[in-house]
Amino acid sequence: MSSGLPSVTTVLGAEDVQRALTRIAHEVVERSRGAADVVLLGVPTRGVPLAHRLAERLASIDPAFDPTAALGELDVTMYRDDLRRNPTRAVGVTRLPAVGIDDKIVVLVDDVLFSGRTIRAALDAISDLGRPRAVRLAALVDRGHRELPIRPDFVGKNLPTSTSERVLVRLAEIDGEPDAVLISGRDPKGDAR
Amino acid sequence: MKHLLSTQDLSLDEAILVLDTAAQMAATQSREIKKLPTLRGRTVVNLFFEDSTRTRISFETAAKRLSADVINFSAKGSSVSKGESLKDTALTLHAMGADAVVVRHWASGAPHQLAHSGWLGSGDSPVAVLNAGDGTHQHPTQALLDAFTIRRHLVGRAGGATGDGVGRDLKGLRVAIVGDVLHSRVARSNVQLLRTLGADVTLVAPPTLLPVGVETWPCATSYDLDETLAHWAPDAVMMLRVQRERMSGGAGAFFPSPLEYSRRYGLDHRRLAMLPGHTVVMHPGPMNRGLEISAEAADSTRSVIVEQVANGVAVRMAALYLLLAGGSPAEGSAI
Repeated sequence: MSSGLPSVTTVLGAEDVQRALTRIAHEVVERSRGAADVVLLGVPTRGVPLAHRLAERLASIDPAFDPTAALGELDVTMYRDDLRRNPTRAVGVTRLPAVGIDDKIVVLVDDVLFSGRTIRAALDAISDLGRPRAVRLAALVDRGHRELPIRPDFVGKNLPTSTSERVLVRLAEIDGEPDAVLISGRDPKGDAR
Repeated sequence: MKHLLSTQDLSLDEAILVLDTAAQMAATQSREIKKLPTLRGRTVVNLFFEDSTRTRISFETAAKRLSADVINFSAKGSSVSKGESLKDTALTLHAMGADAVVVRHWASGAPHQLAHSGWLGSGDSPVAVLNAGDGTHQHPTQALLDAFTIRRHLVGRAGGATGDGVGRDLKGLRVAIVGDVLHSRVARSNVQLLRTLGADVTLVAPPTLLPVGVETWPCATSYDLDETLAHWAPDAVMMLRVQRERMSGGAGAFFPSPLEYSRRYGLDHRRLAMLPGHTVVMHPGPMNRGLEISAEAADSTRSVIVEQVANGVAVRMAALYLLLAGGSPAEGSAI
């Protein structure tokens, strides 16, 4: 910090991530009065392994929850509103659980909630796929700076940041290193604006 | 890459990207709501100087499924029949704000001319050109949909992998392309693309229907269909359409009679029985039943001809997406 160069700060370690997910799982069960009607949809890339981990925890809390049958992934590339501003993105996989999403409580799972535009796209995608009873949002990190009236229902950690900072989530499944949430480019004084 | 003009321009990575994107597009087409908002506000012009209902409808469907606006422009009954040049047509389309032009033309190279002449704008407002068949030159989306169909049927299954062979090439697969290679842009496009994807290709045709210089193509050739089927055991057999009217009788005929062609190069009951169990039968359509393909072969369980049509929409959606969705195609790494 004293060097004045942009630095990388670890905000959550592996155990913090595990605890946050366990808490979110309990909140999901409590909010939905059991997990029988819950369907988890991970938003690629890092939302997918997070959804897998949440599913395992839900199954251990509520035996009525089948982690293989109620788990899917939702690629939102084709619903984004910024396609024309960026180079072409590769389209990812959308895989719905076998039970479908009609009349279910869909919990969208993503790693970082920022502008809210990804979730806006996900809501559009969901409405093309079926009609869930409710859609909820679980994010490991909420870093603020919303550009749309969207808020998460379940948050691992609220992380006040400045727009110039970058929040990086590292997960063992994808990055091959211990779970961590990092902030890079933090102001040398250490205070977020 | 800003345009899709020829399968020769596609690298292995680009070809696989198109096929993988097509696989995702195909997955959306089994949903209740097939339409995606991806290309909302974009305009695609179908510019057809040659009649081709099925290709035009396929492109039109693909563009509409991605929410693009579609304008169909057929040369027949338009100002082109009054003598307007390709250049003036292009300038008109550009002035109307087209984002992509799908062009079918009887002249080989017309799409290339459109793409590189600057008539459709350049620099800040490039218009993507998609070749929907030019003369005897190229028909890249047909080759891509053929490769996509082959991959779906043969790669995922043979390797024991799942997911319709997504991410995989066609290494080691054998494809026989049978019939009028001389006039066929489908054969030309397919030879190049299948080679890029690692498949082995044999062209089977009477000597009169093989073009000069075919020995320089990256494929084998044969005059004997029975020999190829029996000893080479292809994984896919692609029958080409024979244009009956210009093929036989009188001056300039390429073979003595339709019956003789059918006996030597038609896919019939006997030849169907010679194929290995997993081999698929393909045809770009429209078929001449009883000439290059018997009704039995066309309707057999090995035939994937109808599926090729459905895959055509997915592949064209992928091509339109990859050419149009990015904001700055000049900088984008993908296609």
